[in-house]
Amino acid sequence: MNKQFLGLGAFLLAVFVLVPVLIAASGRWDLYYTLTSVALLAIGSAGVWLTFYIGRINIGQGAYALMGGYVSAVLMTQVGVSFWLTLPAAGLFCAMISVLIGLPILRLRGVYFAMITLVLTEVTRLSALALSVTNGAKGITSIPLPGALKIFGITIIPDFATMANPKLAFYLLAVTLMVLSYAALWRIVNSRLGHLCRSLQQNEELAASIGVNTAYLRVLAYAISSFFGGLSGAVFVAISQSIYPSSFAVTDSVNFMLYCFVGGLGFVAGPMLGTFLLYFGWDLLSVASEYQLLIYSSAMIALMLVLPNGVLSLFDKKGGQK
Amino acid sequence: MEQILANGLYLGAQYALIALGLTLIFSLMNVLNFAHGQMYVFGGFVTYTIVAQWGMPFIVGLIASAVMLAVMGALIEVFLFRPVIRKSKRDESTMLLAAGIAFFLDAVILLLFGEKQRGVPKIVNGVFNWDMRLIMPYDRILIGVLAIAIIAGFIALMQYSKTGRAMRALAQDRVAAQLMGVDVDRYSMIGFALGAMLAGLVGGLLVTITGVNLGMGGPTSVKAFMMIMIGGAGVISGAIAGGFILGMMESIGLTVLAVYGDITYLAIFASLMVFLAFRPQGLMGKPWG
Repeated sequence: MNKQFLGLGAFLLAVFVLVPVLIAASGRWDLYYTLTSVALLAIGSAGVWLTFYIGRINIGQGAYALMGGYVSAVLMTQVGVSFWLTLPAAGLFCAMISVLIGLPILRLRGVYFAMITLVLTEVTRLSALALSVTNGAKGITSIPLPGALKIFGITIIPDFATMANPKLAFYLLAVTLMVLSYAALWRIVNSRLGHLCRSLQQNEELAASIGVNTAYLRVLAYAISSFFGGLSGAVFVAISQSIYPSSFAVTDSVNFMLYCFVGGLGFVAGPMLGTFLLYFGWDLLSVASEYQLLIYSSAMIALMLVLPNGVLSLFDKKGGQK
Repeated sequence: MEQILANGLYLGAQYALIALGLTLIFSLMNVLNFAHGQMYVFGGFVTYTIVAQWGMPFIVGLIASAVMLAVMGALIEVFLFRPVIRKSKRDESTMLLAAGIAFFLDAVILLLFGEKQRGVPKIVNGVFNWDMRLIMPYDRILIGVLAIAIIAGFIALMQYSKTGRAMRALAQDRVAAQLMGVDVDRYSMIGFALGAMLAGLVGGLLVTITGVNLGMGGPTSVKAFMMIMIGGAGVISGAIAGGFILGMMESIGLTVLAVYGDITYLAIFASLMVFLAFRPQGLMGKPWG
């Protein structure tokens, strides 16, 4: 247990202190954008991981990220709501939609569920193109930077527009959200809810027969998952200050799933590590220009051949063959 | 009306071919082949290279596409899917592999053929015109007929040959098939090669009409997934039904819903959700097949 706390402390120190110091020392300010993206995508993949945890393959996280982004963008530009309020609003909106969509489709299993969530991503993109509130293919642009967050008149977070270094601020915001999300995820997994989810993963009929409310549980897990998706989408919009129907497409949905696989499905930190490895690796490979995708995909295939159960399975001492 | 039906049939024949390959691979190996759309694009580019650049007859290009993709499918199965399926704890791990292969093929297509839209010259000229009620270029009719002929050939292969019988046994129950003396490894390889070959054939057929480009792979896979959800995954008759139904719906939707803008796929998806709420396994699928 002490070892775990030590590891957690080292991790927090690394992301909150070490990374900013190192970046300031090396002058690689562009890395902030990459690392911020990693943190945000990791939140999305945390959601996907949770649906894996109840035994469903979710390839629809891009849909919720896009929805969350649009909710945040529309609220900010057309209603004038503060960014900090749109953040939970985006998450809750996605959670609500996911309950409506989830009720019928969560009855599906295996590849059926995987395929329909993939189709959902494509349909969300098409809806964003067709609806008027989303402004079609032109998207929503020049979204204001997050304003100041005040509680009882005390400024907790200053206005991003007045900051000397909004990149650092965004990085800290994204990393904080990521840490909170993973803390929530860890809490869920190690609670009664987590045990129930594991029972769903292993055998849904058996779980139902001993009195687990499977229909309620899977919708709940899916809603939490979509909440994470919406959250990451909303912050993405704030950073890029624009959103288009193509901001999150089928590729992104597939990527969210891949991040979980690469990290390992049996570990809470798996999606975070997977996101970091794949996204950061992809970014580093940009020096290879036209061979970038070739090297990236070959590495992914090789990884799959060597470690089919995810990178973290290296540390899994109990791990045996299927 | 006749025009809509004819368009639907023509689209459906091609869709059914794409879905057939996907469903064959799924039923044999329990692998959802994300790279199916990319295989289709690859087949199109092979035909393009042989017909438009080397000036060979169309049929040579088509056969080359089929052979090339069959070899590629067999290699992918033997060297990639087989070891991963053996080693991984969860079946879903193959999805990462399939997605990796999809990216890999995208990269290979980009390096070999570039990112431009490519097409070959018309193979037959002229337009079939029946009193202005039904207008269809001859080359589309030819492609449609070829697609239906390939589907018929495939069904015959699955029904009457020893290979087909072995593959059907494998799809029904892998362990039982193995106990009856079916060489599981060999027929998995043949099945994957056959599925990839079908994708290559459709690519070769369609390059004559719509052309191919790099970005077509992903959307094609999504469409193929929809088809096998309508028909039921892993069932051959289901894939064919799903292909024709989607083709018909697209053809009708594009005509009827055109006034409301580009909402055909939205409408198709909404009806698919309602349909799946009542029948999760599709038209002909086994429950949780």
